[in-house]
Amino acid sequence: MYDLIYKKAHSYASAREFLTAAEDAKLLAGGMTLIPTLKQRLAAPDMLVDLGGIADIAKITINENNMQIGAMASHALVADHELVHTHLPGVAALAGQIGDPHVRNRGTIGGSVANNDPAACYPAALLATGATIHTDQQIFAAEDFFVGMFETALDWHEIITAIHFPLDQICAYVKCPNPASRYALAGVCVAKRHDGQVKVAVTGAGQDGVFRASDFEAALEKRFSPDVLDDVSIDPNLLLSDIHANADFRAHLVVQMAKQAVLKLLA
Amino acid sequence: MTIVNLVVNEKPVTVDVEDTMLLGVFLREMLHLTGTHIGCDTSQCGACVIHLDGMAIKACTMLAVQADGARITTIEGLAKGDDLHPVQQAFIDNHGLQCGYCTPGMIMTAVDFLAHNPTTDIDEISRALEGNICRCTGYNNIIKSVQQAARVMGAGDKVDEVDHV
Repeated sequence: MYDLIYKKAHSYASAREFLTAAEDAKLLAGGMTLIPTLKQRLAAPDMLVDLGGIADIAKITINENNMQIGAMASHALVADHELVHTHLPGVAALAGQIGDPHVRNRGTIGGSVANNDPAACYPAALLATGATIHTDQQIFAAEDFFVGMFETALDWHEIITAIHFPLDQICAYVKCPNPASRYALAGVCVAKRHDGQVKVAVTGAGQDGVFRASDFEAALEKRFSPDVLDDVSIDPNLLLSDIHANADFRAHLVVQMAKQAVLKLLA
Repeated sequence: MTIVNLVVNEKPVTVDVEDTMLLGVFLREMLHLTGTHIGCDTSQCGACVIHLDGMAIKACTMLAVQADGARITTIEGLAKGDDLHPVQQAFIDNHGLQCGYCTPGMIMTAVDFLAHNPTTDIDEISRALEGNICRCTGYNNIIKSVQQAARVMGAGDKVDEVDHV
């Protein structure tokens, strides 16, 4: 690891002060990606600003329209939280499938969303459910937030404070995990709103990160059944290809994962 | 350098550490608690698992400074004098280790898992151990060890049907 200074922020104001004082500071949430990146010397910030000391940043609350999950809520907390289980069981199940138990104990929703790893699970849930990303400066719709691989609409020193999930729907996420890393080779989140609108978001497969599968959505809005997905496909030219899965296989996986997600919602 | 205050295996510790020092290195080199093993150093293998405020975490993927104010338990903190923790005893009784390198992490993970979920269900135990790699045993005896510990620690209803191997 290159040399750096560590600061623990106890408020958003103090985090911003640290960020502006340093030349190239990085925010530290759970550190499940950032610390390995630093250890491999793939990043060389001069300062880490730890968000772990900010009060209530991991809180989970609910009102009649949406659930607010604090940015530092760990995957384990989201997976086990009674409110999430009751009102957003699909999101709780997704969180319980991320990484391994140790990663789930430290990794956070805000960190995952800010990193926008093309194989991360959460971005699919945010995009499919139409969640909003709240920062210390503004509110983003998920549609506008995930810009490309490892890229988001966040400004350099902007801090995610919470993710808000609308409650007017049910959703299910199914992934085919890489057996070693547990990252999605292909993961699909299907969200069905009470008014009938369907959104399908795909992670792990796209060359530009998470994306919506609009053909899947149109087919499922006509008839919400897994067999309507026999007639749709994803262009493999837009998908990732690597030693774990080539683009054609990923295109096949996306359809299969989507079918399983639909089956879960019908069960 | 940053001063950190921790409680490690029930003893308060105050140390001035480099900001970049990893928690696993801190435990081994500054506190000489060498039971926490560094296997892969890339968050894959789980040999470095310890408890941070009661939760199993990988000490190779956390800075020592991040743990300021925390209560840490390492493998050295499990036994009460000469009385081994039921999970430790179960690993001995079931030959749950061969070379022993992964064992501290396996045991720390199993202790956290059984504290929340005292089950003998093979699938659940396997899932709980997904973040721990063993290259000797083939896992069968590790799972048997965790099952025995679950029984000793009071697992009730969820008893599996088949006792593998």
